[in-house]
Amino acid sequence: MSSVEERVRKIVIEQLSVKEEEVTPEASFVDDLGADSLDTVELVMALEEAFETEIPDEDAEKITTVQQAINYINAHKA
Amino acid sequence: MLNGEIALVTGASRGIGRALLLALAAQGATVVGTATTDAGAAGITQALSDAGYIGGGLVLNVGEQASVDALLAQMTAQFGAPTILVNNAGITRDNLLMRMKNDEWDAVIDTNLTSVYRLSKACLRGMTKARKGRIINITSVIGATGNAGQTNYAAAKAGMIGFTKALAREVGSRAITVNCVAPGFIDTDMTRALPEAQREGLLGSIPLGRLGQPEEIAGAVVFLASAAAAYITGETLHVNGGMHMG
Repeated sequence: MSSVEERVRKIVIEQLSVKEEEVTPEASFVDDLGADSLDTVELVMALEEAFETEIPDEDAEKITTVQQAINYINAHKA
Repeated sequence: MLNGEIALVTGASRGIGRALLLALAAQGATVVGTATTDAGAAGITQALSDAGYIGGGLVLNVGEQASVDALLAQMTAQFGAPTILVNNAGITRDNLLMRMKNDEWDAVIDTNLTSVYRLSKACLRGMTKARKGRIINITSVIGATGNAGQTNYAAAKAGMIGFTKALAREVGSRAITVNCVAPGFIDTDMTRALPEAQREGLLGSIPLGRLGQPEEIAGAVVFLASAAAAYITGETLHVNGGMHMG
């Protein structure tokens, strides 16, 4: 089983169709990786499925960078 | 034409819903039709199996979120996630506004409009993931023209048209199209309930001089569901014999 970080990065790469080297920890989904609002909703859905967790809307709004996503999953994973 | 597609049609036990369920199935789609009762759902399953089509009937109360969730879970497990959603379920509770009761207003808005919100939302997850999808909302000529005694119905049907345009903008980037079909007066139980005098009066306002048949609505729905309509979104297709020309 790969680490949470690797899995989150893989999901971001797939969902946003970006290059691996662009997905740095501090990369912002919207500002750096070109995500629109629908992309961010889909990204959260993909994370929920991959990690079998529910991310409430108020938490989802705060996940704006790759590192924030990793931190969130690490704190809430099943 | 629709091989490999999985269609969900609400309110499919009779009338327009039944006709368009069978028409989608005839084009090769796997179809699920919903009814409010077990008997209705069984009737749909029977009709599909009699015709040799793939699919079945399931029970749905469009007014309950839990029922929508249960339907999607069961449908996805049994047939797959829907790639075509036809929001067809609808009721009338006609009354002059000054006599209209709150429950008549609420029932029509909830069943005809809020249901579209619930079903569309539930189906979008699979569609955005698949990067394709068709949502077809069955509105009504009444949503465009109004009709005395139908403020609730007209509001719900016009509401569907606005919903359709907004959602079409939201999900267009995922190759999901959202459109309406607006039937005029179609020969179903709903219009058979009209007084004879009103029916006669109506015919005079229809250039084609007759009520429409459910199959004529189904044709429009099949078109919008097909690849031929891939570049049409946010549109309302009027099928009304000319009684209203958008």
